[in-house]
Amino acid sequence: MAPPAGSGDGSPLIRVRDVDKTYRRGSEEIHVLQGLSLDVAAGDFIAFMGPSGSGKTTLLNLLGGLDVPSRGSIAVAGDELTRMSAHKLTEWRARHVGFVFQMYNLIPVLTAFQNVELPLLLTRLSKARRRQHVEAALALVGLGDRMRHYPRQLSGGQEQRVAIARAVVADPTFLLCDEPTGDLDRKSAEEILDLLGRLSREHGKTILMVTHDPVAARRARVVLHLDKGVLVEAAQGAAAP
Amino acid sequence: MRFLPFILANLLRKKVRTALTIGSFAVALFLFGILLVVRGAFRQGIEVAGADRLVVLNKTSLIQPLPIAYRERIQRIPGVKDLTFSSWFGGVYQDERNFFPQFAIDPPSQLRVYPEYVVPEGQWGAFVADRQGAVAGADTARRFGWKVGDRIPIQGTIFAGTWQFNLRGIYQGKRPEDDRIQFWFHHDYLEENRQWGKGLVGWYVVKIESPDQAARIAKAIDERFANSPYETKTDTEKAFAASFVKQTGNIELLILAIGGVVFFTLLLVTGNTMAIAVRERVGEMATLKAIGFTDRFLLLLVLGESLLISLAGAVLGLGACKLFTLGGDPTRGLLAIFYLSPEAMAAGLGLAVFVGTCAGLLPALSAMRLRVVDALRRV
Repeated sequence: MAPPAGSGDGSPLIRVRDVDKTYRRGSEEIHVLQGLSLDVAAGDFIAFMGPSGSGKTTLLNLLGGLDVPSRGSIAVAGDELTRMSAHKLTEWRARHVGFVFQMYNLIPVLTAFQNVELPLLLTRLSKARRRQHVEAALALVGLGDRMRHYPRQLSGGQEQRVAIARAVVADPTFLLCDEPTGDLDRKSAEEILDLLGRLSREHGKTILMVTHDPVAARRARVVLHLDKGVLVEAAQGAAAP
Repeated sequence: MRFLPFILANLLRKKVRTALTIGSFAVALFLFGILLVVRGAFRQGIEVAGADRLVVLNKTSLIQPLPIAYRERIQRIPGVKDLTFSSWFGGVYQDERNFFPQFAIDPPSQLRVYPEYVVPEGQWGAFVADRQGAVAGADTARRFGWKVGDRIPIQGTIFAGTWQFNLRGIYQGKRPEDDRIQFWFHHDYLEENRQWGKGLVGWYVVKIESPDQAARIAKAIDERFANSPYETKTDTEKAFAASFVKQTGNIELLILAIGGVVFFTLLLVTGNTMAIAVRERVGEMATLKAIGFTDRFLLLLVLGESLLISLAGAVLGLGACKLFTLGGDPTRGLLAIFYLSPEAMAAGLGLAVFVGTCAGLLPALSAMRLRVVDALRRV
């Protein structure tokens, strides 16, 4: 079993213990994650790196409650995810997780405002309060003047900023970013990484990011390397204190 | 309601496809409405038939007459409250295509037995006072542009010659489904001027004390005239109307068959459209699930889209049908009533909701069962 990795300061926000994830392809068993343990403290900014098939995205899916481990336990802020039903997990995701995807995953028929408003539609907030939250989130990512624009009217970097606004608008416990700069040019990628850094430093957001890009990984406080489903190495990122 | 803009935005993403699907519903519901209107026209006599009225016919055939002398004898049968009689005239007004039913009636008893027909008092008085007087249904009067006071010549086909009538009144029905196409004139006028058939009437309509006594009274009437040269066959007005409709073929089955085929096709078309719409948005639906929208929400979202399409189509189709029926009977009098009732419209809406729900159900279930992790991998 790999030792717990992460910043390890105080009581962890996320506690992963002995997690296995196995898929079956016909008669073959594929062990994507093996005995993985990990602690993440509140406010951490962690990058996961590793070759394709090393289990980075699978780990992110498990941490985000999109998938369940074959064995082991995952607890976030005291909530044991492995004991939750699918319905409970969905509700839990709405409250605790902000997702940022490589391809932005915005709804093309909705404006930037409406896309960011989506997570708030699941809350009891009034229309006026939702408007306030959405405007604040879009202002935070520097798109206060693009609220009425549709995704097709935005650049890739702007789309990803809308996606980040959508991820933070309901003030989730942590952000999961799967290759957030993977589809962007260098300049846009830098802007997105600056934004994530700012969310971590100035707003205390806990961020877990999967990336292939070493430049992006260096923006994190801790860089964890995965290989064949096992955490093999931990390093301090440029953002480390 | 907070999700309505989202549903509308989804429907408008493929405007042509949505418009065509709504159009399919509209055409189907228009057709459905027309079928119900035609059915209603055929069944109109059954629907509006008085529960307290019996029709007395010649046992041999509908076209064989009965003696006028039966009047008093029927009147004396216990349970009979009132009666009237009529004869079919079958004349032609200007052109054979201008069909409308003409009846020689007994004015004093007509409105007592048929209280659902309304004629302004002054007009009815003028009709009763004029032996050549006539009363026309409002639809027929409108169709030919007749006004009270007009002279109306009708060419007899059963009774030879050109018969002149003075239009003294126009009748309305109390209910929307009452017909307004008949043409009434004095039986006495027919009796005086016809060359044959004197002393005979087409049929009697008997008003009874209570509908519960219908079977007993009908039996009593038929027994009274048994073994006479003019034996009778008495039935309720409803049964009479139903047997009349039966002679035109099984309209119900025809309508059911056409309607069934149309709606089954519509179900396939809409189901296919919704399935494509869901398949195209697998990634978006996975994203929605990832950010916290439940399986049930996805199910309702797809069903909501399907229902909105079907309802929009139904409103358009039934609305167009209603407008079409307001223009009146397009068959020149073959359909006594050309009326789309609120009940028929409600049935159309209900059917649209049913088809919309069925069409959206499978795609909605597939959206609900979507595995987020698998679907996100496809984005």
